[in-house]
Amino acid sequence: MIRDDPPRDGDQLAVLDKLAGLRRFTPARIALGRCGSGQPTMTGLNFMLDHARARDAVHAALDCEALGRSLRERNWDVIAVRSSAADRAEYLRRPDLGRRLSPEGRLAIEGQRRGNDVAIAAADGLSASAVEINLLPLLDHLQPLLLAKGLTVGPIVLVEQGRVAIGDEIGETLGARLVVVLIGERPGLSAADSLGAYMTWQPRIGTMDSNRNCISNIRPAGLLPEDAAAQIVGLVELAFRHAVTGVQLNDLRGADAMPLVGPRE
Amino acid sequence: MSFHTTINGTRWTFDDLKTLLAKASPARSGDALAGIAAHSAIERVAAQTALADLPLKTFLDVDLVPYDEDEVSRLILDSHDLPAFAPVSHLTVGAFREWLLDTRTTTSQLTALAPGLTPEMAAAVSKIMRAQDLIAVAAKCNVVTAFRSTIGLAGRLSTRLQPNHPTDDSRGIAASLLDGLLYGVGDAVIGVNPATDTLHDYVRVVSLLDDVRQRLDVPTQTCCLGHVATAIQAINLGAPVDLVFQSIAGSEKANRGFGISLSVLAEAHDAALSLARGTVGRNVMYFETGQGSALSADAHFGIDQQTMEARAYAIARRFSPLLVNTVVGFIGPEYLYNGKEIARAGLEDHFCGKLLGVPMGCDVCYTNHAEADQDDMDTLLTLLSAAGVSFVIAVPGADDVMLNYQSLAFHDILYARQTLGRRCAPEFESWLSRVGLADADGRLLEQPASGAIGPAIAMIETMRA
Repeated sequence: MIRDDPPRDGDQLAVLDKLAGLRRFTPARIALGRCGSGQPTMTGLNFMLDHARARDAVHAALDCEALGRSLRERNWDVIAVRSSAADRAEYLRRPDLGRRLSPEGRLAIEGQRRGNDVAIAAADGLSASAVEINLLPLLDHLQPLLLAKGLTVGPIVLVEQGRVAIGDEIGETLGARLVVVLIGERPGLSAADSLGAYMTWQPRIGTMDSNRNCISNIRPAGLLPEDAAAQIVGLVELAFRHAVTGVQLNDLRGADAMPLVGPRE
Repeated sequence: MSFHTTINGTRWTFDDLKTLLAKASPARSGDALAGIAAHSAIERVAAQTALADLPLKTFLDVDLVPYDEDEVSRLILDSHDLPAFAPVSHLTVGAFREWLLDTRTTTSQLTALAPGLTPEMAAAVSKIMRAQDLIAVAAKCNVVTAFRSTIGLAGRLSTRLQPNHPTDDSRGIAASLLDGLLYGVGDAVIGVNPATDTLHDYVRVVSLLDDVRQRLDVPTQTCCLGHVATAIQAINLGAPVDLVFQSIAGSEKANRGFGISLSVLAEAHDAALSLARGTVGRNVMYFETGQGSALSADAHFGIDQQTMEARAYAIARRFSPLLVNTVVGFIGPEYLYNGKEIARAGLEDHFCGKLLGVPMGCDVCYTNHAEADQDDMDTLLTLLSAAGVSFVIAVPGADDVMLNYQSLAFHDILYARQTLGRRCAPEFESWLSRVGLADADGRLLEQPASGAIGPAIAMIETMRA
């Protein structure tokens, strides 16, 4: 902290020190200090670094080739497709296009075997790095749990420029009873690598968001992959038992009130 | 009714009023997403030219959203004050712009005109105004409201302190709250966006905020920004509710998406008034709005997002709110793509709100997928301060750790005070000097007095999560 005047009173200093002691109660950027009306130089640069990480995550491209290779090594069937959004700029402006497959993508999925219980789509969303960091660890835990419930699973559809609702077209085309969409969430300043999981029963094009259940903040410093996998399978099991997802499933399980903040896609 | 103009021998036709308004709107991604934006820059100017020729009173004869199907349309037309409209009733939209800018048009004339204007008239004229025009006219408007502090006096810029926490941890909220007070922030309201919408949390949050406010004797008001229905329940339980909050939008259908109607808002307004907690005024409502909210609810009726936004202000003024703000950059790049579109929208919203008599503030903000950064926020804060914005929102270090977006930092408020010369609410200013956070002229001290917030820090240390 840069000060214009020397401290005049030990008690006054103590106030700022005590305030800094409250940092343990919140991740908020409190007790930053100031120089005039500005922030200290390093504090300002730290903020810019966090914003730069978030911006780079939004604009990074998903490396479908490398991800597909790793998935095939784990014996997953993999299809790589694109949404109808041509590039990131269009994706950001036209969420409707990110919710629909490109014609080529649709053809590729129509050529697949139909009728598994659970289809999985992994989409870049707003953070490709979230998918690259979290997808494999999550699937490594998720696959055995789903199989142990006697559910048939597959394939993995990798989606570039995809939104949550693109899972509806994918799940419907594959004839799946439920689709799990794993998608990069909108980066915040504190985390740019957060993955979300959205479960939709009987996916159909035009399904409302209120008919989905969501697990958020899946990342190494947040909800760990093994814990996320257990929560996803718990919801999937409930969905199959009650033949529903979304608000109705929340009511059935007596869940806490839905967060006021909508999906961060 | 269709509208025409001819430019260089080319005749441009606009089929109806909503098409004309949409095509005349300065470019933004949301109108393109809705498929109603002008297809070329020339088409936009053609629409603006045709709009400038339109008699202002046209808006009293055309209901953009059908009167019979929409309670917002009914509110707008049924509450229109014809005598107040008289001074400008003979003008076209273009001549109205010139009347607004005319130095002979005074603050008191603008105040008297407000009930005579419909939101669509304000939106229409804003579409043919530059940023400078929007600032110059808004700066002439005067909308003053009060509860424990007075908002909107000339030369003042008030602030909402937004001490959000990802899990509504009481100590975390209180820590950010104290940090903000040290910067002289919070004279408009200390308001928390709760992470969940349960009655239990709502009551806990308003009680916490009220405890801290009373402990420090701060002349301001507090608010938990939960749903209005939760607020009514909390009031019935005897919770210390100063302001009732609600998000509102410009059509009945969009408001249904928020789970509200005019009658629910009226019930909440009555409930809050019944508590009689204000000391210097009785404005008890706090509303948030934002361009694109109607479109995102598929409740825009083919109308451009800025006109839909202005319609929300008709709801706001019905309930004499203490505060209204547009959350301008929160909605994302599919509605406002970049810093330029966000800044333009922020100035439009502020102008339309003030012209309609609403105590308009702004959450100067953006998300990480918008093409914007803190430089854009500095620009918008500076422009809005010049326009006399009633209040802005600030969070620790510009980083809202609950809603995951960037607003202004507490530091940015110091900038507006020191560099732009804007002062906080008079009651709050006296408190700052009385407790030793500011000098007698309202300038923040480099070192706070030990008694100012020390007791509150001790209180937090012993608090439960």
